[in-house]
Amino acid sequence: MKKLKADELYRKYGIVLILIILFIASAMINSNFLKPQNLINILKQISVVTIIACGETMLIVSGMIDLSAGLLCTTSMCFAAGVLSATNNVPLAIFTGISIGVVCGWVNGFMITHFKLQPFIATLAMTNVLQGVVQLYTNGQSIGGVDKIRFLGQGAILGIPVPVIIMIIVVVIIAVLMKNTKFGTCIYAIGGSEKTAIASGINVNRKKRLIFTLSGALTGLAGVVLMARLMAGMPSVGSGYEFDAITAVIVGGTSFLGGIGTVTGALIGSIIVGLINNILNLLHVSTQYQLIVKGLLIAGAVIIDIKTKENKKSR
Amino acid sequence: MIKRFSKKGRDKVDQKTVVELRNIRKEFPGVVALDQVNLQLKTASIHALVGENGAGKSTLMKILSGTYTNYEGAVLVNGQEIHMKSERDAFEHGISIVSQELNFVPEMTIAENLYLGREPLKRGFLLNQKERSRKAAELMRMIGLHFDPEMKMGDLSVASRQMVEILKAISRGSKVIIMDEPTSALTNKETEVFFQKVRELRDQSIAFVFISHRLEEVFSLCDEYTVLRDGKWVGSGRLRDVNEEKLISLMVGRDIQEIYPPVMPHGDRVVLQVEGLTGAGFEDISFSIREGEILGFAGMMGAGRSEIARAVFGLDQPAAGTITIDGKPCRFRTTQDAISAGVAMATEDRASYGFVGVRSIRENIMLPNGDLFTRSGFWQKPKINEAVTRICGNLAVKAPDADTLVGNLSGGNQQKVVLAKWLVRDVKVLILDEPTRGIDVGAKQEIYKLITDLAQKGLAILLISSDMPEVLSMSHRVAVIAKGKKIGVLENKEATQDKIMKMIVEADK
Repeated sequence: MKKLKADELYRKYGIVLILIILFIASAMINSNFLKPQNLINILKQISVVTIIACGETMLIVSGMIDLSAGLLCTTSMCFAAGVLSATNNVPLAIFTGISIGVVCGWVNGFMITHFKLQPFIATLAMTNVLQGVVQLYTNGQSIGGVDKIRFLGQGAILGIPVPVIIMIIVVVIIAVLMKNTKFGTCIYAIGGSEKTAIASGINVNRKKRLIFTLSGALTGLAGVVLMARLMAGMPSVGSGYEFDAITAVIVGGTSFLGGIGTVTGALIGSIIVGLINNILNLLHVSTQYQLIVKGLLIAGAVIIDIKTKENKKSR
Repeated sequence: MIKRFSKKGRDKVDQKTVVELRNIRKEFPGVVALDQVNLQLKTASIHALVGENGAGKSTLMKILSGTYTNYEGAVLVNGQEIHMKSERDAFEHGISIVSQELNFVPEMTIAENLYLGREPLKRGFLLNQKERSRKAAELMRMIGLHFDPEMKMGDLSVASRQMVEILKAISRGSKVIIMDEPTSALTNKETEVFFQKVRELRDQSIAFVFISHRLEEVFSLCDEYTVLRDGKWVGSGRLRDVNEEKLISLMVGRDIQEIYPPVMPHGDRVVLQVEGLTGAGFEDISFSIREGEILGFAGMMGAGRSEIARAVFGLDQPAAGTITIDGKPCRFRTTQDAISAGVAMATEDRASYGFVGVRSIRENIMLPNGDLFTRSGFWQKPKINEAVTRICGNLAVKAPDADTLVGNLSGGNQQKVVLAKWLVRDVKVLILDEPTRGIDVGAKQEIYKLITDLAQKGLAILLISSDMPEVLSMSHRVAVIAKGKKIGVLENKEATQDKIMKMIVEADK
C-alpha cells in the first residue's frame, strides 16, 4: 500500500475529514441531528450562500474579491419580487434577478479592468450604490404577492428541496468549468501569476470581466432563490451574505493569495459552517456564541492552511 | 569590463581568523543538507563561497547568521565557541547578512532605514531627526556615497540600496558581512563601483563572504574560496592559485571540457525580419534572423534589449516599425497575436512572467496552448497527457510527475518548463531573455545543448544575455545594443568581449 504522509492526507482530504469528524460528533451530541428532515434543512439553509460562494471562489482564486455580493443578492431579490408581483410572470422575474446580477457584475469588472480600481474598492462602492437603490425601490418595505414562485423555494423533487438541487447543479457546473475548461485554467493562472497569464497570450482583462459577470449572474440567481424561500423581497436580508460566502470559500481551502482553490471545497466549507450553526441551534446556544465560533473557525482554517504549507516547505 | 584587482601587498596585512566553522552538519527531515563542512573567514579578506544550487551555501550561511539554530558542529567567533540562538544573537557577535531580497522600507528615507529600530533620541523619547540625518550622512561619506540622507530608499538604484544595507551592517559594528548574490540585479558598471567600495571596506578589516553564480566576479573580487558540493566541503584555498576551469570542476565534480556546444551551420531563409522598430527605451532597431540561426543581443542591462524583445512578442506596443515573419508582415497588439504567428518568449523574469508557481507542470504547459488542446473550450486530457509526457521527456525535466508544482522545482527545471510550454507548439521564432540566469553550471550546459538543438530544427532564435561568454559562444551573430540603439553586428568569428566592450564604451561617449 502506498504510504501517505499526514500533511498530504490533509491537503487532499483534510476538509472532508473535518466534516466527517464534525458530523459524527454532532450525531453523538444530539439525537435530533441525524433525522433526515434536519439534515435536509441544513442543506436548504446553506443553498443561497453556497451559490454566492461559487462566484466568490472564482473571484478569490483569480486574485479578486466581491464585497457587493450580499447587497447584489438583496437587489436581485427585491427587483425580481417587484416584477413578479406586478406581472405574475415567473420566467420574467427569474430573468430580471439574474440580469441585474449580470449587469452589476460586469460593471464591477469594468471598473477593475478599465479604471484599474482594486476589486476591494470597486465592489465596496457598488455595495453603497446598491444599498441606496434597494432603499429607493422598496422604501424599506417588503414586497409580497410572489406566491407563483413558491415551488422554487418550497418545493421538492424526490424529497430534495428545489434550492438544494439548484445549489448542487451550480456547484457541478462551476466545478467542471474550473477543472476542465480553458477558461478555468485561466482563472487559476491569473490568480497564480497575472503576468505569466498575459505573457501566455491570455486576454486577462476580458477574462476578469467574464469572471465578475458570471459571479454576478450566480449572485442574481441566489437572490431569486432567496426570494422564493422567503416568499417576499426583503430589503433587510442579504447584506452580510458576502462574508458568509467568503467564509465558506476560505474554510474550504481556497488561498487568499490566489491560484489555489475549488468550488467543491467551498461547498464543503459551507456545509461545515451550516452544520456548526445547526448543532449550536439544537443545543440552544445563542447567536452571539455562534458568531464567536464562526470567527474562530475562519482563523483556525487559515492557520491550518499556513501550517500545512510550512511543513511542505521545510521538507 | 571588470578589472582584475591587483592583489599586490595584500599579504602584508595581518590577517587573523574571525570566524571558523568546524565539521558542520545539518539535517532536514529526510535530507542531509550539510555534512562535515569547514570554513575559515579571515579579517580583511573576501571569501567566495561557491557551489551549484542546492550545494548548501545558503544553509551554511543561515547557520552562521543565526537563522538555523539546530545543527551539529562548532561555530567559533574570535576563537570562542558560540551557539547562535537567533539572528539577533549573530548580529551581536558582529555577523550580518545582506540577502538576495533586501530588507528595507522603500517609502522611508535612507537615514530612517539606516537607523530603523535604534533611532537617535533626545530627552529619552523624542526622535532626533537632525542627529539621525547627520550620522547617516557621515556614514555614507565614509565610503564615498554622496546622497541626501533624506532621499527615499526606493528612489536609489539597486546597487546603492545594497551599499546602504552594508552600511547598516557596519554601523551596527558588524565585522563579518555575508553577501548573497549581491550583483544579480546590477549592471556591469554598478557592479564595478560596488566592488570598489567592498574592497575599501575589506581594507578596513571587515571580513566578507561573497556568494555568486558568476565566477568572473568571484575572480575579480575575492581573495579566498571555499567550494561546496552536495552539502560537502570539497576545497578551499587562495583564488590566485586556481583558474576558472579548476573551480568549475570542483563545483560539479567532474571536468567540464566545454560547456558550450559547437556552433552549427544555419539556413538562408529569413524567418524574422524587424525594420525600424521604435518604442519606449529603444529606437530604429532593424535586424533579421534566418532559419536555424541564433542571433545574440549583447549589451548592458537597461540598454533596451529586453524592451525590444517585449515589443516583438507583443507584450509592449512599439510606436513605429514593422515585424515580418516568413515574409508576412505582422502587427502584434497582444501576446496572443504573436503566439499565433509563431513567436514565443522566455522572459528575463521567470518567476513573474514565465510560470505560475502554485500550479502544476501540466497546467503551466497547457496555459498558452488552449488552441491545440481544447475542443469547444474543454481540455482534452489524453492529448494533453501525451504532449506533456513527450515534451518533458525531450527536455529532461526532473520532477516526480507532471502534477508537481512548478514553484517546487529548481531554477534549471523551472526554465525547462517555461521552454516546454512553448515547444509543444510549432514555434518559428524563440526569444530567450537571460535564459540561464540563476541556473547552476550543470543545468546551464543542458540548456545550451537544447538551444543549439532547437536551432538545428529550424527555429530562429534571439538570445539576450548579459553573460558575455554565453552570448559569444552560442550566437552565429552578435548584435550590440547600447542606449536603445543597435550599434553594430559582429560575426561569431570576429566577436570578442573586448570588441563589444569597446563598442559600448564608444556609444556611451
